[in-house]
Amino acid sequence: MATQSLQIQRRSADSASVAGGSQGGKVAKLIDISKCIGCKACQVACMEWNDLRDEVGTNVGVYDNPQDLSEHTWTLMRFSEVEPDSDNFEWLIRKDGCMHCAEPGCLKACPSPGAIVQYTNGIVEFQQAHCIGCGYCITGCPFNIPRLSKKDNRAYKCTLCSDRVAEGLQPACAKTCPTQAITFGSKEDMVRHADLRIADLKERGYANAGLYDPQGVGGTHVMYVLQHADQPELYGLPKQAEISPLVSLWKGPAKPLGLLALGLAALGAFIHYRKVGPNVAEEDKGTSTSAGGDRA
Amino acid sequence: MSKQSNNLIQRYSMQERMNHGLVAVTFVLLALSGLALFHPSLFWLTGLFGGGAWARILHPFIGVVMFVSFLGLMFRFWRHNLLTKDDRVWLSRVGDFANNREERLPPAGRYNGGQKLLFWVMVVTMLILMASGVVIWQPYFAPNFAIGTVRLAVVLHALAAFVLILGIILHVYAAIWVKGTLDAMTRGTVTRAWARKHHPAWLREVTGEAKK
Repeated sequence: MATQSLQIQRRSADSASVAGGSQGGKVAKLIDISKCIGCKACQVACMEWNDLRDEVGTNVGVYDNPQDLSEHTWTLMRFSEVEPDSDNFEWLIRKDGCMHCAEPGCLKACPSPGAIVQYTNGIVEFQQAHCIGCGYCITGCPFNIPRLSKKDNRAYKCTLCSDRVAEGLQPACAKTCPTQAITFGSKEDMVRHADLRIADLKERGYANAGLYDPQGVGGTHVMYVLQHADQPELYGLPKQAEISPLVSLWKGPAKPLGLLALGLAALGAFIHYRKVGPNVAEEDKGTSTSAGGDRA
Repeated sequence: MSKQSNNLIQRYSMQERMNHGLVAVTFVLLALSGLALFHPSLFWLTGLFGGGAWARILHPFIGVVMFVSFLGLMFRFWRHNLLTKDDRVWLSRVGDFANNREERLPPAGRYNGGQKLLFWVMVVTMLILMASGVVIWQPYFAPNFAIGTVRLAVVLHALAAFVLILGIILHVYAAIWVKGTLDAMTRGTVTRAWARKHHPAWLREVTGEAKK
């Protein structure tokens, strides 16, 4: 929802307006998966603060509930039972939701001016008032996050509690997390905090522990500490997170070059007419049967 | 008018012209709403349709109307658009046509090589547009397709639309450039002189008149 107290850095479908206000002061949410106990308090806090109520689903034999993100569920605990190596079984619990990419695929794909904005602090937010319901954001997102509402056909996702952040508060999920698996602060501080956590995990035998801050999308403002950073796919995260080359082509060079070519074609037709002149059958000359003539 | 009547030849029936008109009108609506969603600097065109959301809602439905009515044209005319050896020669010397030296080209039948090629380009692009359009149609069909399929579809849809719009620019311009052609679609008739210059083989076919 619209939050006017944050400065806008980028608007969707609006190449003319870039970087209003300062570039500094990036925020980030750090989710330490090794600390998560899967209590879902973050899900509840998100529902509470954003006043969201999803349908009560059915139990399908796993703890994931609801089973997927939706217009009413902006964050979701995903439970994965995995064997990272042959003699280990692990239960990995990841809080899924918008990653708030520095180079957001949703914003790149969105055709409606201002329907997606990126604030100078890094938060990416949908402005439903301008959303036209085309679903291009879904096509552009590398993390499968946006969801169209079945009710109003507009796209919804995590706002990183931009309304709370604008007031100097931390997001509801971070505030409520009982184990402080979710922390919030400046991006620098969060990276530093992650380094300490990763050093600790390595000491405890997780040799591949690391930070998930995918550079393919310019880094993200929601980051994960992963025990197995070499295998993000164990957690359901893309190994090479990036905007699909197809989307980059479609909403990149194809746009100006396509229009330019169409314009040139029309111009070429005009020039041809000036150069060659109308193509008239000799016997028709002087009669009024050629185009625009006799309409008796 | 009466003096000219025996000078005119029927080229398109009323039904054919109506069918063509429906394709033409829906094409214009689709090009405007499609370009509006393709390039942000043309987003204002959505205002013609009642805003962005309405442009998004209407575009695919109008698309279905265009596709179905185009099928009508396709089934009416495909037989006349099969490429022959002469057409290939015609196409290889398209420069003569562009420079108004048709007499140097193999005599065209009901359609010349360029028109036939354009016909098939339209058939192919219409099929791609319809198929890819379904894949990206929110909220009805798109959720049923894998994200990779949707991404491929948006690119194919844009590419096919681009080719089709280019083709239509050529199509409309040719009709403006070759005088007497618009009458074929507005009134259904062309003059004998027009037919003799642009489609001599067709004139012979319909009138038995020898080439001059």
